[in-house]
Amino acid sequence: MLLLLFISPAFADSSLPPAPLANVQLKDPAKEAQAQALMATLRCVVCQGQSIADSNAEMASDMRSLVRTRIEGGQSPAQIRDWLIARYGDYISYDPPFSALTAPLWITPLVLLALGAWLARASFKRRGAR
Amino acid sequence: MSARLIWIPFVVALALLGLIAWGLYKPADRTVRSALVGQTLPAFDLPPIVPTKPGLATARFATGKPRLLNVFASWCIPCVAEAPQLLRLKQAGVVIDAVAIRDTPAAIRDFLARNGDPYAAIGDDQTSSLQLALGSSGVPETFVIDGRGRIVQQHVGDIREDEVPGLIALVRGLK
Repeated sequence: MLLLLFISPAFADSSLPPAPLANVQLKDPAKEAQAQALMATLRCVVCQGQSIADSNAEMASDMRSLVRTRIEGGQSPAQIRDWLIARYGDYISYDPPFSALTAPLWITPLVLLALGAWLARASFKRRGAR
Repeated sequence: MSARLIWIPFVVALALLGLIAWGLYKPADRTVRSALVGQTLPAFDLPPIVPTKPGLATARFATGKPRLLNVFASWCIPCVAEAPQLLRLKQAGVVIDAVAIRDTPAAIRDFLARNGDPYAAIGDDQTSSLQLALGSSGVPETFVIDGRGRIVQQHVGDIREDEVPGLIALVRGLK
């Protein structure tokens, strides 16, 4: 057991410090708020289930720095999102556009609601007739 | 309700169970692929990380000679496993340029001394900027670039032994 203390785990991380703006807020609160809102809707490609705002992964911190640097430089959140989508596909965004692939997500609830209304109507009608 | 309709929930539940079983036994491919395959390399200019080799700029990639762009790091363990395959590719005449992600000159020198040096150039990328610009999601990754600077293929993860001949053939077939 004591030996375990001397074993160093193999970290899959670099030894460099985080990128300049990874964990440092922008001076302008309005810009920082814009950056934060965007970061919460961008997927961390290493951890996949987390947004880059939530993740400790180095790549997520580099992406946060990229977002803040570009917001600071005057780009809009939509421009940055488009830049990332051009590289990683819609997968990078937690705000997917309406497309043939995502259509069922939007349409199924409406179809189910209509089906429910139809079923309810049929059963109410029967009760009324009795 | 007719007797036949009563079976519908059962059939739906069975189909759902089947779907779940299928997902369990054949999980979806979670590899994040670059959307830039088939397009021209984005513009970049990275300084060299070791004094003996040039850095990495877009200009290197539109010179008429196809080459590989290897995304690696000294702290990445699969990159060590990949090193012998890169050396074999170099022996076969494939030019390999590289970008070192979040690395230091000392660590890179050590890595090259230990695992061999297949690289013609190594760019220094302290903040993963080129990696993000390429749509790459980890180390190691290898992009096959044709002589006009177009991304032909992205290889995610370390190159295995049995993939080397295919890559050599691919690069030789490019213009």
